[in-house]
Amino acid sequence: MNDSHESGNEKMETTTTPSSLADVANAKVQKAPGTRAMGTGLETRGVHAWFGSNHVLSDVNLDFAAGTVTALIGPSGCGKSTFIRTINRMHEFIPGAAMAGEVLLDGKDVYAPGTDVTKIRLQIGMVFQKPNPFPSMTIGENVLSGLKLSQQKVSNKEELLEECLVRAGLWNEVKDRLGAHGGSLSGGQQQRLCIARALAVRPQVLLMDEPCSALDPGSTLRIEETIRELSDTMTIIIVTHNMQQAARVSDYTAFFLSDGGPGQMIEASPTSEIFSRPRDKRTENYVTGRFG
Amino acid sequence: MTTVSTPAPTRPWQASNKEKFRDFLLFLVSIAASYGVVAITPMKGKLAYFILFFAFYMALTAGLQYFKRGSAAAKDAFVNSLVAIGAVVTVIPIASIIATVIIKGSKGLHRGLLTTDMSLAAPTDPITNGGLLHAITGTLTLVVLALIMSIPIGILTALYLTEIQGSLTRPIQFLVQAMSGVPSIVAGLFILSAVLYPITKAYSGLMGSLALTILMIPTVARTSQEVLKLIPNDLREAGVALGGTQWRTVAMIVVPAARSGLVTAVILGIARIAGETAPILLLTGGGDKVNPNAFNGPIGSLPYYVWKSFAAGSPEAITRAWAGLLVLMVLVLILFTLARLLGTRKVAR
Repeated sequence: MNDSHESGNEKMETTTTPSSLADVANAKVQKAPGTRAMGTGLETRGVHAWFGSNHVLSDVNLDFAAGTVTALIGPSGCGKSTFIRTINRMHEFIPGAAMAGEVLLDGKDVYAPGTDVTKIRLQIGMVFQKPNPFPSMTIGENVLSGLKLSQQKVSNKEELLEECLVRAGLWNEVKDRLGAHGGSLSGGQQQRLCIARALAVRPQVLLMDEPCSALDPGSTLRIEETIRELSDTMTIIIVTHNMQQAARVSDYTAFFLSDGGPGQMIEASPTSEIFSRPRDKRTENYVTGRFG
Repeated sequence: MTTVSTPAPTRPWQASNKEKFRDFLLFLVSIAASYGVVAITPMKGKLAYFILFFAFYMALTAGLQYFKRGSAAAKDAFVNSLVAIGAVVTVIPIASIIATVIIKGSKGLHRGLLTTDMSLAAPTDPITNGGLLHAITGTLTLVVLALIMSIPIGILTALYLTEIQGSLTRPIQFLVQAMSGVPSIVAGLFILSAVLYPITKAYSGLMGSLALTILMIPTVARTSQEVLKLIPNDLREAGVALGGTQWRTVAMIVVPAARSGLVTAVILGIARIAGETAPILLLTGGGDKVNPNAFNGPIGSLPYYVWKSFAAGSPEAITRAWAGLLVLMVLVLILFTLARLLGTRKVAR
C-alpha cells in the first residue's frame, strides 16, 4: 500500500516538472497586455546602470503593459532593485550612480532633458523593502504626505484618505486611530500604510522593491491581495525573492542574473510559462531551485 | 471545576537577600578598612579615604568572586566596580559645585534681588541694596540675540553638510571643527577689532552676542549634523519617491524627524555661551542699570556681574557673586527646560 502511494506521488511530481510553481501560476487568470484602460504602459530600452566604474546592469529591454503585474526575480546582486530604481529615477539619488538607455513612460523618456523629475516620481510610485512611515507624522498625515510633499491640493482629503487605506487593505484596522503615530503599527501594517501613502498621489505605475521581505506570512498574503486588487488600475512591477509570490501575483515574470559581470535580463515571459516551460537553461535551474 | 492557578511572579535573576547583605558587608568592611589605614599610616586627608575605599572595595569584590566563581568572574567584578567608580568620580565634582553654589548663593537671596538693579548700589553695600535685574535681562538679551543668529546659521550649515553634500562639504566640515576649538577671548577680540572699533565704536549687547554667535555656531552645527546623520536614508528616499523636491523632503520629513535632536543641539549651544565671560568683558561694557536697548550702550550680564563682584572683594560683594552664580545656574536650567518642552511637544491633532 505504502509503496504504491509513494510511486503515485512521484508520478504526480513528474507531470509538473520543472516546478510545481507552474501550477500556482497556471491557476491565475492571465491578463493580456494592453487590455486595461487605466494605468500607463512602460518600456525600457537598453537600460544600463553603473555605480562608479562598476557596471551593475547591462542592456535591459523590457515592456510592461498597462494594468499588468510583472515580477522581477533572480538571485541577490543581479541588479533587480537597481533596475526598478532607474525607472522612477531614484537611481540618481546614489552618489556615483550613472545610467544609459531610455525609460519610456507613455512613450516619453523619463530621462529626456527638461523632464521634471518630481512629476515622474508622482506618476511612478514606489514601495520600499523596509516599511518606512514618516516618524513625525500620524497615520492619516502619512497617507496624505505625498500631496503635501508635491504641493498638490485636494478638496476631499477625508475621502482620499479612506479610499487609499481601503485599497491598501488597512482601513478597518486603523480607521479609529488615524491620529496615532505610524510607528505604533505592526511591520505588516506599516508596509500597507506605505502602500496607501504611495497610492494617494495616484501613480500610474507602482514599483515594489521586495515589499514583503520583512513581513510575516499573514501580512504577506494581505499585501498580495492588495497587489491583485490594485493591478486593475495600475501597472505594477514587483521585485521578489519569493518565487511562490511571483507565481501568485504576477502576469509576467522577468528573470535577472549576473554571472560575475553586470546583471542581465535573461528571459521574460508570461508567469505560467516561465515556471513551466522556461526557454533558458539558467532560468530553469533558478526556478526549480537547482541554482548554482 | 479546576482553575489554573497563576504562580506569583518572581525574579530569580536578582540578588537574594543574603547576597545583598554580603555586598553591603563588603561595603562596610571597605569603609572600615580605609578608616583604619588612614588612622594608622601617614596617609591623611579626605582624598585618601576615597582612594583607599575604592581600592579595598574593588579588591574585596574581585577576591570574593575569584573564590566563588573563578578568575573570569573576578575580572568581571573588577571592571564592574571600576566603571561604577568612574561614574561616581564624575558626579562628585558636579554635585559639589552645585551644592557650593546653592549654599553660598542662597545667602545672597533677598526680596529685591530679581526686581532691582545695581544702579544705586555699590558691590560693597549691604546685600539687601540693589539686585540682579540688569544682569538677568542683559544675559537673556545676549543669549536670545545669539540664538536668533546662530540657530539658523548652525542648522543650515548642518543641512548643507548632511543633505546637500556639495563640493564645499570638506572645507566647511574642517572649518566648523576648527572653529569649535576657538578660545572665547579670540572671538571677543575679533569682534572688538573687526566691528566694535572700526564701525560701532560703542559697547552694546549686539557686540557681545556677535562674539557668542561665533562660539555657538560650531556647537549647533556639529551637533545638528550628528543628529541629521542618524536619520535613516530610507526616509529621504521615501520623501523623494513621493514626488517631493529635496527642500520639501528635508523640511517636512528630515527636520521634523530630527527635531528633538536639533533641540539638544540648541541646548548645548546655550550651555556653551550662557556663562561665557571673556568676550562679554571686552564687548558689552558691563553697566549696572537695566539697558533695554541691545544695540546701543553698555549692558550688564550675570557672568560680568559675578566677575565684577568678586573683583570688589568685600564679604558683601563676594556673597553677591555667589548669588549671581546661583541665578545664572537657575536661568540656564529654565532655558534648558523651555527648549526641551518646545522640542518634545506632541504633534498636533
